[in-house]
Amino acid sequence: MSISHYVFISTALFVLGVFTMVARRNAIYVLMGAELIVNAAALNFVAFWRHKGAEMTQMSGQMFTIFIIILAAAEAAVALGIILQIYHHFPNIDVTGPKSLSQ
Amino acid sequence: MEFFNTMQPVGYALAILLLPLLAFCFNAFTYRTGFTRRHGHRVPVLAIFVALLLSLSLFDKVILDHGQEGFTWSSVEKGFYWNVVDLGTNALQIKAGVLIDNLTVVMLVVVTLVSFLVHVYSIGYMHGDARFPRFFAFLALFSFSMLGLVLTDNLLVLFCFWELVGFCSYLLIGFWFEQDEPPKASVKAFMVNRFGDVGFLIGILIVYQMFGTLDVGELKTAVGFHNATGLADGQLLTLAGLLLFCGPMAKSAQFPMHVWLPDAMAGPTPVSALIHAATMVAAGVYMVGRMYYFFTPPVLMFIAAIGTMTAIIAASIGLVHNNIKKVLAYSTCSQLGYMMLALGVGGFGAGLFHLYTHAFFKACLFLGAGSVIHAVHTEDLRRMGGLQHKLPITYRTFMVATLALAGVPFFSGAFSKEMIIEHAILWGMHGSFAHWLPAIIACFGAVLTLFYMMRLIHLTFWGEPRDHHAYEHAHESPATMTVPLLVLAFLSFVSVGWPIPFVGGHKLPELLAAPAPARYVTELFGEHAEHHASSWLVGLVFLISLVILAVGWTLFTAVYRKRQPAPEWWVAKFHWGYDLLSGLYYIDEMYQATIVRGGNFVCSLFRVIDVHGVDFMVNFVGTLGQFLAKLQGVFDRVVVDGLVDLWWHLSQGMSKRLRRIQTGNVQDYLAFAVGGMVLVFLTFWFLNP
Repeated sequence: MSISHYVFISTALFVLGVFTMVARRNAIYVLMGAELIVNAAALNFVAFWRHKGAEMTQMSGQMFTIFIIILAAAEAAVALGIILQIYHHFPNIDVTGPKSLSQ
Repeated sequence: MEFFNTMQPVGYALAILLLPLLAFCFNAFTYRTGFTRRHGHRVPVLAIFVALLLSLSLFDKVILDHGQEGFTWSSVEKGFYWNVVDLGTNALQIKAGVLIDNLTVVMLVVVTLVSFLVHVYSIGYMHGDARFPRFFAFLALFSFSMLGLVLTDNLLVLFCFWELVGFCSYLLIGFWFEQDEPPKASVKAFMVNRFGDVGFLIGILIVYQMFGTLDVGELKTAVGFHNATGLADGQLLTLAGLLLFCGPMAKSAQFPMHVWLPDAMAGPTPVSALIHAATMVAAGVYMVGRMYYFFTPPVLMFIAAIGTMTAIIAASIGLVHNNIKKVLAYSTCSQLGYMMLALGVGGFGAGLFHLYTHAFFKACLFLGAGSVIHAVHTEDLRRMGGLQHKLPITYRTFMVATLALAGVPFFSGAFSKEMIIEHAILWGMHGSFAHWLPAIIACFGAVLTLFYMMRLIHLTFWGEPRDHHAYEHAHESPATMTVPLLVLAFLSFVSVGWPIPFVGGHKLPELLAAPAPARYVTELFGEHAEHHASSWLVGLVFLISLVILAVGWTLFTAVYRKRQPAPEWWVAKFHWGYDLLSGLYYIDEMYQATIVRGGNFVCSLFRVIDVHGVDFMVNFVGTLGQFLAKLQGVFDRVVVDGLVDLWWHLSQGMSKRLRRIQTGNVQDYLAFAVGGMVLVFLTFWFLNP
C-alpha cells in the first residue's frame, strides 16, 4: 500500500468536495461539500504520517486530524449561523441569492 | 581755451560733424513737444553756429600753422579710424577715417557758414509754416551729411554721404508735399542722381578691384606708383575715372543730367540757396577735386568738354525764363559748368576757388530772390518790376551779388572767373584748335551771364511795376532775412582773392592749390608745367573780362533799356530759337520718350513675369500647402486619433468582459480559486519536472 493510493483517494474526495461546493444551490449541500474537502485534507495528513517511514511514536498525523475535526465543527457552526442570516433576508437558502458583490 | 588748444584736429572734425546730427535727432524726437513746436529753430541754429565757430578755429589752426606748404592730417595714419567692413581677414577691410587738409577746412568753412546763414534766414522765411520744426530738422540732417562728405577720406563712406545728401535733398525739395510740383520734382531729383550714382558705384568697384583700397590717401600713392612704373592699365584707369565722374555729373547738374535742377526750385527758397547753389551741387566739384590725381588726361578732357557744354547750354536757357528762381537755377548750372571746365583744363585752384566764391554770391542771390518772393508772393518775373524802391536792402545785396557773378572787377567772382579763363587759355595754347573751345565758350558764356542777370534785375527791380496789386503790398523782409543777405553780399564783395591778413597774407587760391597733385597737370601741359599764370596773361584776361562786360552791357542796354530793338522783336525774329530755349532744348521730352518709356516697358515685362511666374509659383505653393494640410488632417484623424481610440476601445471592451467574472456568486469565486490553484500546480509541475 504505497502512499499514492491514499493520496489518490484524498484528491478524489477533494475534487468531489469542490465540485459539490461549486455546483450546488442549496447552502446545506455546500456545507457538505466543505466537510468533504476538510476530510480529504485530514486523510492526506494521516497518509503522509503513516508513510513517512520514520518513528511513529509521535501521533502527529492523528492529532492533526482531531484538530481538523474540531475546526470543521466550528466552521460548520459558523456557516450555519451565516445560513440563518441569509434566510433572514431571502425567502430561501439558495446561495445564488446574495449578489451584492456583483456590479 | 586750454581745451581747444590741446584738442586734436579729429576732435574738431567729429564735433563739427556730429553737432548737426544731434540737432536733427533733437528736433526729430521732440517733434511734438511745445518747445520744439514754438522754437523748433533754436537748437539747429545753435548747433550749426557752434559748428561754424569750430570750423573757423580749425581753419585758423590749419592754415595759420601750415600755410601754403600743404597740410594733411589723416586720422587713419594717426590711429583714429573706424572699421566699416571687417571680415576678419585681410581680404576685405575698409577703414574710414577723417581727412583734414587745406581743401577740407575751406569746404568746412563754406558749408557751415552758408548753412548757418540759411538757417537764420529760414527763421523768417518759414515763419508760420505748419511743419516749421521739421524743416530745421531736415536742414540739420543735410548739414551733417554734407560735412560728413567733406570730412571723410574713404570713397565708400563718401558715397554713403553722397546718397544721404541726395536723400536730404529729396526731403527738402518735396517739403510742401501737398502741392503738385514738389513731390514730382523731388522724385525726379532723386532718380536722376541715382542714375549717376550707378556709374559712381561701378567706378568705386573698379577702383577697389584695381588697387584693393578705397582710402583717398592710399589711392593717391598707389596711382602715382602705378603710373610711375608704367604699368599701363591706363584704359581701365580711364574707364574708372569716367565712371566715377558720372556721380558728379548727376549731382552737380552737368549737361545730360542737369534736368533735375530747375524742377528742384519747387522747394522752399532757403533749400534752393543751401542745397542747390552752395553746397550739394558743389559736392560733385569737391569730389572731382578730391580725386583729382585719379583722372587721366582723357577723362579730364571729358570733364572739360562736359563742363563747357553745360556752361553754355544752361546760360542760353537762362535767357528766356520768366521764373526768377529758374533763371537762378540755370545760372547755377552754368557756373557749375564753369567749375568743371576749370578742373578739366588743369585749373585745380581756380575751379575750387570759383566754388567758394560762387557759394556766397549764389546763396545771396537765392536768398534775395526768396525775399522778393516773400514780398510779392509770386515767382513770375512778368508780374514784378520797380521793386528797388520797396525792397532797398534786398535790391542792393542782390545787385552786389549780381556784379560778383558777372565778374565785375574787384568783386570776388571776377577773381575766380578770370582765373578760370586764364587756365582755359593756357590749355588752349598747348593743343589743337579744339583746345581753344573752352576758353572761347567761357568768354561767350560770361557775356550771356551778364545779359541774363541784368535782364533779371531789370524785370524785377527796375522799370515800372507790372502788377500794381502785388507792388502795393510789397514790403521789406524782416531782419532775420536781411542780415544774412548783408553778410553774403559783404562776402561776395570782399572776396578772398585779396590776401587774407590773418592767415599770413596767403591768397586763398594758392592755399587751395597747395596739396594739388600736379601729376596729370604736368602731363597735360607737357614741358610747360607752369600752372601759375604769368603776369602778361593776367593782364590779358583782365582786358578780356572788361571787353566781355562792355559787350554784355551794350547788348543789354540796347535790348532792354533803349528797346532798339525791343525784346519782343528779337523773340519774333528768332522764334525758333526762343522756342528751343523755352522748351529747354526739349531734353526732358527726349528723356521721357526714351528712358522713361523704356523703363516703363521693362517694368511691364517684369510685371508679366511677376504675375504669371512669381504669383503662379506662390499660389501653387499655397495650394500645395493646403493639400498637404488636408492630408495631414486625415492622417491626424484616422491614425493618431485611431490609436488613441484603440486604447479606450480595448480598455472598455476588456473591462466589459472582465466585469462578468464578478457574478456576485460565491460559488463562482470558489471555482475560479480552485481552478487557479490547479493552474499554478500544473505550471510548477511542468517547470520542474
